[in-house]
Amino acid sequence: MTQVLILGAASDIGRALAHEYARAGSNLYLTARKAERLEADCSDLALRYGIQVRAIEFDALDFASHSTLYSSLDPAPTGVIYVAGYLGDNEKAQSDFSEARRIIDTNYSAAVSLLNLAAASMAIKRTGFIIGISSVAGERGRGSNYYYGSAKAGLSAYLSGLRNRLAASGVTVLTVKPGFVATKMTEGMPLPPLLTARAEQVAGAVFRAQQKGRNEIFSLWYWRPIMAIIRSIPEFIFKKLSL
Amino acid sequence: MKLSGWGNFPVIDARIHSFRSEDELRGILRETSACIARGLGRSYGDSSLQREVIATGQWNRLLHFDDRTGLLHCQSGVSIADLLDVFVPRGWFPPVVPGTRFVTVGGAIASDIHGKNHHSEGSISSHVPALDLMLANGDIRHCSPEQDAELFWSTCGGMGLTGLILRAKLQMRPIETAYIRQELRPGRNLDEILAHFEDSSSWTYSVAWLDCLAQGRDFGRSILMLGEHAGPAELSHVNADQALCLSAPRTINTPITFPNFALNRLSVRAFNSLYYYRNKSKTGTSLQRYDDFFFPLDAIIGWNRIYGRRGFTQYQFVLPRSAGSEGLATIIRTIGGSSELPFLTVLKLFGSEQPGLLSFPTEGYTLAVDFPITRTLFAFLARLDEIVQGYGGRVYLTKDVRLSAASFRSSYPNAERFAALRHNNDAAAKFSSLQSERLEI
Repeated sequence: MTQVLILGAASDIGRALAHEYARAGSNLYLTARKAERLEADCSDLALRYGIQVRAIEFDALDFASHSTLYSSLDPAPTGVIYVAGYLGDNEKAQSDFSEARRIIDTNYSAAVSLLNLAAASMAIKRTGFIIGISSVAGERGRGSNYYYGSAKAGLSAYLSGLRNRLAASGVTVLTVKPGFVATKMTEGMPLPPLLTARAEQVAGAVFRAQQKGRNEIFSLWYWRPIMAIIRSIPEFIFKKLSL
Repeated sequence: MKLSGWGNFPVIDARIHSFRSEDELRGILRETSACIARGLGRSYGDSSLQREVIATGQWNRLLHFDDRTGLLHCQSGVSIADLLDVFVPRGWFPPVVPGTRFVTVGGAIASDIHGKNHHSEGSISSHVPALDLMLANGDIRHCSPEQDAELFWSTCGGMGLTGLILRAKLQMRPIETAYIRQELRPGRNLDEILAHFEDSSSWTYSVAWLDCLAQGRDFGRSILMLGEHAGPAELSHVNADQALCLSAPRTINTPITFPNFALNRLSVRAFNSLYYYRNKSKTGTSLQRYDDFFFPLDAIIGWNRIYGRRGFTQYQFVLPRSAGSEGLATIIRTIGGSSELPFLTVLKLFGSEQPGLLSFPTEGYTLAVDFPITRTLFAFLARLDEIVQGYGGRVYLTKDVRLSAASFRSSYPNAERFAALRHNNDAAAKFSSLQSERLEI
């Protein structure tokens, strides 16, 4: 029986991932800052798929609580997905370090702290999977969201290192780099329809990629060539672009 | 973004808000003036259109199910398709289903939908023991036929104009298999098909397809389809433990929006003749998957695109039983004699009326006719309105896109009571659709 921990399950992508894994028969631990936000999801998932779901109230920024949380999970997760993320206010972060810090901590530091615990537990058992939801924003810093982007870049590099470290132990690590996704986080932004995925599409792609043991996916897939082009623009040109 | 109903007319620019919690919805209501709820957008006309639209797609959790009684509690964005997927394998079926499974529970209640079992089971509001509604001011009211009954019966069939339906209880019905025993009875003309309806009242499901363009001896020729949930003993081709399971339905896509000339008098006449003779030859009893019986058009994804860019509408009306054969004949003859193209026509005998203030069904015959939109269509339909109202009938708001305010007021006797309730709880200033503005509801 697989037992999947979804950190940040009240987000649209987190919720769609919960449906993917529940449909496949996994039992779930779902976390959110306010557990009451997960009540309806718990009954829904249990009713639809006949699985067991536990909602856990948990603040990713409360680092001291991480190890208590992880060791309280019985049975221990066989899969851990870090979905929690915070877009933040790039402009505010320029003058207010607490905003910058919140962006860095939610997207990067908290992921490191939690996935360290998951990796330690899985390495001993020599089985399991870890998924980190990073972003195409981490591929290159842009003037309009480089706090978020740099934190995601950190997360991508961390996941890549973790994958390298765990490769011999049979634990798989999947890095997910979604492009635009129509979610609560992006509601009201004018996103180009052809480049914008639904949360369910991303979740379906993540599930299939994890089942195949893949290392890294973009979602939608054509963000990979798009980002290859964006990465290849020389810095002396890139710095003058309005992005 | 661009938004339209199932009929692809009209197309408007709308802002879409979605909500994931009651607080979020409250915030949206505070910030918008005129808005309307929208589920899967299957109402044909402008019932779910407004410049500000509140989409219920993210509000779709199943909350509780009692597997002894079949009582379900869910959020309003849950679709009938969800209910079928989850509950048919467990031996439960929605109490009323429309011609498509792609409608939400909230939309079904707001339209007080009817199905092929209206004569035996009533419309969906007869199976909704209670619902929660968010009012214009953000308050949540629990209402039922016993508690706050006026609000309840205004909301069932109220086209989303009393508030936003948050949650509902739905009484599901037990089934033993996922199959329907179907019997086809051809009616060579209108009198014969009406007699078939009278003779078949003991069947749970009944509906007829009718050829509006047939004339002379064939005038009103039809195929009556009767259905009953099949018992396990009837399934010879399936193992008993698979009786409630179906493979995924086969579907095809409509790849393009058809050019406007694809539907013409010749192609429509040919289609209807073909349909009649093909089904006439299949007369008798057979076993059908439930999705083939209830939702044949769902197999063709995006079938509304065959009507071309101008879109289409469905004219659905009901005539009191007393008007019966004479009234129906007058209307079918008027349609057949016009230059408009009645592509698909469906006939059904409704059972008695439910208390919903704006509910459509009333005891008598209902006819639903799909028309591609032309320059002359709406003037023609206004002429049909006069005939329908002359016989004491009315048209279905969920399909409507062009009825006049005066026709609405004179054919819906509770229109004023409904308007008063809307005024009293401030719903009138907050919840409105292009349709409610047009009908001055």
